[in-house]
Amino acid sequence: MSNILTVLIFFPLIAAILGLFVSQKSIRVYGITVAVAEFLLSLWLWMSFDSNYAGMQFVEKLKLIPDFGISYYLGVDGISLFIVIMATLMTLIGIIALSIKKDVKNMIITLLFLEVAMVGVFVSLDVILFYVFWEFSLVPMLYIIGAWGGDKRLYASIKFFVYTFAGSLVMLIGILYVAYIYYSTTGVWSFSLTDWYGLILPISVQKYLFWAFFLGFAIKVPMFPFHTWLPYAHGQAPTVGSVILAAVLLKMGSYGFVRFSLPLFPDASVAYILPVVIIAIIMIIYTAMVAYAQKDMKQVIAYSSISHMGIIVLGTFAMNVEGIAGSIFQMLSHGIVSGALFLLVGVIYDRRHTKELSQFGGIAKVMPNYATIFVIMTMASVGLPLTIGFIGEYLSLLGFFKVSPVLTVIAGTSIILGAVYMLNITRKTFFGPLTNPENKKLKDLNAKELTALIPLVAIVVWLGIYPKPVLQPIDNSTKALVQLMHKKAQTKQAKATILVSKSHEGVNK
Amino acid sequence: MINLPDLSSLNLISMSPMFVILLGALAILCIDLIKPNLDKTLYVILTMLTLFIALGATLSLNINERGLFDTILIDGVSVLGQTLIIGGSILFIPLALTKRKFHDFSYPEFFSLFLFMVFGFQFMAASDNLILIFVGLETGSLALYTLIAMHNTKLAHEAAIKYFTMGAMAAGFFVMGAAIIYATTGSVEMYSIAKVLQDRIGDTEIIVPIIGGALFMIVAIGFKVSLVPFHMWTPDAYEGASAPMAGYMSVVPKVAMMVVAIRLFGIYMELNIEIIKTTIILLAIVTTTLANMMALVQKDVKRMLAYSSISHAGFVLIAIALDTTKGYSSIFLYYGLFMFTNLGAFTMLWISRHKYNVHHDRFHHPYSKFAGMIKKAPISAVVMAVFMLSLAGVPPFSLFWGKLYVLSAIVDSGYYVVAIIMALNSAIAVYYYLKLVVYMFLKEPDESSKNVVYANRAFSLELVIGIAAFVTITSIFYIEPLMSFITDLVGASGY
Repeated sequence: MSNILTVLIFFPLIAAILGLFVSQKSIRVYGITVAVAEFLLSLWLWMSFDSNYAGMQFVEKLKLIPDFGISYYLGVDGISLFIVIMATLMTLIGIIALSIKKDVKNMIITLLFLEVAMVGVFVSLDVILFYVFWEFSLVPMLYIIGAWGGDKRLYASIKFFVYTFAGSLVMLIGILYVAYIYYSTTGVWSFSLTDWYGLILPISVQKYLFWAFFLGFAIKVPMFPFHTWLPYAHGQAPTVGSVILAAVLLKMGSYGFVRFSLPLFPDASVAYILPVVIIAIIMIIYTAMVAYAQKDMKQVIAYSSISHMGIIVLGTFAMNVEGIAGSIFQMLSHGIVSGALFLLVGVIYDRRHTKELSQFGGIAKVMPNYATIFVIMTMASVGLPLTIGFIGEYLSLLGFFKVSPVLTVIAGTSIILGAVYMLNITRKTFFGPLTNPENKKLKDLNAKELTALIPLVAIVVWLGIYPKPVLQPIDNSTKALVQLMHKKAQTKQAKATILVSKSHEGVNK
Repeated sequence: MINLPDLSSLNLISMSPMFVILLGALAILCIDLIKPNLDKTLYVILTMLTLFIALGATLSLNINERGLFDTILIDGVSVLGQTLIIGGSILFIPLALTKRKFHDFSYPEFFSLFLFMVFGFQFMAASDNLILIFVGLETGSLALYTLIAMHNTKLAHEAAIKYFTMGAMAAGFFVMGAAIIYATTGSVEMYSIAKVLQDRIGDTEIIVPIIGGALFMIVAIGFKVSLVPFHMWTPDAYEGASAPMAGYMSVVPKVAMMVVAIRLFGIYMELNIEIIKTTIILLAIVTTTLANMMALVQKDVKRMLAYSSISHAGFVLIAIALDTTKGYSSIFLYYGLFMFTNLGAFTMLWISRHKYNVHHDRFHHPYSKFAGMIKKAPISAVVMAVFMLSLAGVPPFSLFWGKLYVLSAIVDSGYYVVAIIMALNSAIAVYYYLKLVVYMFLKEPDESSKNVVYANRAFSLELVIGIAAFVTITSIFYIEPLMSFITDLVGASGY
């Protein structure tokens, strides 16, 4: 099946439209069925994916606006493959764990629309197509936060929308400019990413373009100081909204760095390693501290999620195979782990309708299964060896160690800080005396919640112990990416920095 | 011996679309004279027929011909302009068939006036003679003032008078500008103006009148396409006019004036007079930004849409200062797409129009009227949301492509900062469009909005909304042929 990517994009779209005719009563089953089918399709994609081939696979190209070089151009490589699978998986888990009562039908249909946009972003190789999906993903999320969120949901949803919209418009100007340069060098318009990869831009131009793209991606990631929309969005979003937001939508930004910023502007990326990394480190440490100070469980997870995104950015800007592959793996691990943590917070919120840390304590006695899963996820989030969190974090930091040991050490404190706040909320919530009488009659996880959570636990442990099936394709494609960057780099400094990866066997050919 | 002009240069065929419209208008008047008290449906359909024939005539015109003793110029731009004008009119006229009776549409004169107005605007688009443009402008505008006043509410009268006063002033500026240009170049024909200016551009004494004339023209055009600071009449005029008329005003007269602006400023761009370029760019930036700011604080959806259409006009105006084929083409693409979306949005207001202000003391369409619309009328709410997102420039809806082309044209010409300002303006704009979406989707319906939504519902209105929504949603499939059609025509006229 060579057009599987088209199926992956349009199946949820058609399902969402047809879903309008399914009655409210049975919509949940419909949603789960569609999401399972979509997830199986994405697994099929993985099965038929050639792990040894580093380039784009399942490529489809159809001209949409030939005069202006816009085409319907899809493809996956090792970098995007697993993010796509994660997107379909987290949508499925989100729908299974759905606990809202109000307007379930609208929610399911919105989630399916969102899935279209998410899959589309990660498989688009045409930049305008990418941009279309990227922007379109805002609309369902706006509705999810705005319609099912907390008291300040309108403020949160609009802030989310306007913030990201502004950033991506600046990126759009950057996109148009690259296209114009492509046009003036080759004489034809093209928005195909693979065409753009062949373009060697003057360094002075790269510097502006780098920041234009950076703004779009940084707001999405979200990087300090553009992160302020995220705690609001998380604080107000319903559980499923937070899960998708943390697990997949934030990855669009970090994926953008890997897919666009690095290969298109290698020299500028190297030149700006320091400022970007300083922002990343501020983001890692500052948000970790803020996380510690939070009184609300969900806010802790939200800030910790920002903090971990900092590691991803750090790994990306290591500019070598370890760092970039590590950051891609960390994207997956962050998606699984923070998604699971948001689900877990949602579980307790459904029971108690509060997320205040002070309300809890000693819950492990009444909810043992819940506590076990929560602790496993905490460990993964902290980056304990043998969990999924370890590998990505380790590789990212290892990669960056080659660039700057000092900065890596500073960034590494995040692991300690992470342990502090995560263990802190675990202790406050689960251990100690069970003082609050309301907590005494709490029920442990029910079948629905277990169905949603156990696969995630399994993935956390499986990939923590044996990451090779995932890491290998990522590694292959990353090598190709770094080679490309190295080939394109013009300044000595850039060659030298990207050269670091030559110590790694694959690139040394 | 009297020197008779050569009759072959009359070339009546070049004016065939105008004649069709004129005949239609006269026919309606005659029918009313012979047999009064006919139903309005007859007039609506007759008007539509006339417009359709005129559209056909426009599309079959030969490009690059002159007529009426060389005062009419049929080039690509004029064909595009006329197509947009007639197309907008075709979309507008079915909106007269409402469920409720409104004063305006009960007069047959409304329809013949409407056709006279189209006739006037066509002349503006099809001529490069300053006097003929002025005649067209006045014919169209005077008819339009009357049409607004025929809505016959207090606000409508106010709107008409305001628009009339401002329009008269704009006309004054236009005449002054034309006079100065005539005094400097000795001609009212644009091609000979261009020639004279080209020859004499070195003269230092001529530069002040050249720029002065252009500034007068900018003011006149600014009034008509509602650029800040000449926009004051717009929100009030739109609010007073009936909703579809407001939507119509936000597209068709502006297209006509844009064509004039393209022709006139095209000359100045050719000469590379930096100050005029800068003035236009500054005006465009100010217009977009301030109109967006004003739109943020509006309490009434119609006024919001009025300010939004001002800001869209500013956005498009930039393209004139670029002087590239892509820039000029993107103007027509943008207005073509904007026409459907914006008219659709205004029709959504029209469909929910009550005879009296039931929602608010002052406004017909306060935001709260639309609160919780998704619960009461889900399809309408979705369609309205699509229009709003399209206006905001969210892909994949139609105006995104318009924005893309305009921004791309700006970037191509090297105005990066301007492009970023315009892009950020879209981010400001998204807030007020979203506000309506938020009201419709995310707020609970309140008491005042219980009985609304479809007060004025009729099949023809739904049809127009359906067409507009279809065009807005499926844009990706027709952008390519549309754009190459536009580019060909614009390129053929030498821009």
